[in-house]
Amino acid sequence: MARNPRNVMRIASPVRAWTQRFTYVLLVGGAFALMMLGKTDAVLVERLRTHVTDALAPIMAAISQPVDAVERAVENAKHLIELRSQNAELVAERDALLQWQAVARKLEAENSQLRAMLGMVPDPQTTFVTAHVVGNSAGVFVREVLIAAGARDGILKGQAALTGDGLAGRITEVGDRSARVLLLTDINSRIPVLLESARHRAILAGDNSNEPRLLYLPPGAEPMPGDRIVTSGDGGVFPAGLPIGVIGTVEEGVVTVLPFVDWDRVEYLRIVNYELAGVIAADKPDGDTGGGDAR
Amino acid sequence: MKAGFWQRLDLWARRLGPFLSALLLLLLGTIPLRLPYLGSITPDFAIMAVFFWAVHRPSSMPAPAVFLLGVISDVLGGTPFGVGVLVMLIAYWVTRSQRRLLIGQPFLVVWWGFGMVSAGALILTWLIVCLLAVQLVNPTPAVFAFFLGLALYPIVTQLFTGAQRLVDGRT
Repeated sequence: MARNPRNVMRIASPVRAWTQRFTYVLLVGGAFALMMLGKTDAVLVERLRTHVTDALAPIMAAISQPVDAVERAVENAKHLIELRSQNAELVAERDALLQWQAVARKLEAENSQLRAMLGMVPDPQTTFVTAHVVGNSAGVFVREVLIAAGARDGILKGQAALTGDGLAGRITEVGDRSARVLLLTDINSRIPVLLESARHRAILAGDNSNEPRLLYLPPGAEPMPGDRIVTSGDGGVFPAGLPIGVIGTVEEGVVTVLPFVDWDRVEYLRIVNYELAGVIAADKPDGDTGGGDAR
Repeated sequence: MKAGFWQRLDLWARRLGPFLSALLLLLLGTIPLRLPYLGSITPDFAIMAVFFWAVHRPSSMPAPAVFLLGVISDVLGGTPFGVGVLVMLIAYWVTRSQRRLLIGQPFLVVWWGFGMVSAGALILTWLIVCLLAVQLVNPTPAVFAFFLGLALYPIVTQLFTGAQRLVDGRT
């Protein structure tokens, strides 16, 4: 290099520029190939994704620890300030709820008696796994979260994910120690639902906004703002009756739903293990009966 | 022999520094922040890293590194596979070709350049996502993410400049 740099440069720089351009074209071609692969071989891409997130999940969990700690401290301070008024509120609420409890107990007893009289098959048992949300996907074009629990904790594809408020989404990819939850606001999310009071069936479809829409309402159904929406249990993967939200607006046939979940503070998710899911997964090997695209 | 090892390690650290800093930023970007109104919006940190290094030190962010960053960002972010890769490569190429206009200019000019590149990248991503999903995807979060990214760019620049000094420190 040092002997005659100018001469070397004269030959080397066009060669280098050419190589760079060639590499660049090759890489762009590679990007298109990846896109094709993502469209045609969803299973392979899903497996790759699962492996990478599985490997990164512990790191992400570690980084999210301090963020959580700060958040909790802020939350604690806020609660301390509101303690007195909150206490009064809670006492009043408890009194009201005690009455409801009495009613519920009575109804439960009556219900079980009537069921016994009819000889009805009991609903399958449901169990829960609670998992920490460690990752939040881009959010601009996709609504997904990553949880720090996977196959070894008994998580299966298609299970429902809940917050304390209501249904948040469903499991789409399961790794060994991590899993992805497709939120019900995502554009690929389709969930069979029921208008709780009118008992009309419909499909809840996300559109990447915070207000998913109701599709395929039966003709003659008259949804009103404020009506409660729950899971219908169709497809057998979700238990029936999980709360989702209330109807927000009804305009020109477009029905939007306001989910109960507060999307800004999804910290823990409860994953519902519904025993019936195992029965159905045996019939359908992909186990993806919750609706929507397998991604 | 020992000095040789450390020297080699040093060299590798210098070569990989920019890429690792971009990777770290990418991971940080996936942490759920749960801020009110910002809960579901994360700025595209990868594009910031690609833009910064393409302007200030293209040799340490070669196209294959951009490709790899794009793959990781797609995998973590859950965008349709390959979309982030393509958009990042295009943004990288545009930035490199306009590098002469940006290098040595006051920060405001570079910032403006970043605004143009990231806006183009988001619009392109939105178009491809819409095409792949065969429906109109709500663009509002993308607009928010654009402004958030624009606001965060000076801070990220500070971080990267620090990384650059650290890497260049002993040359």
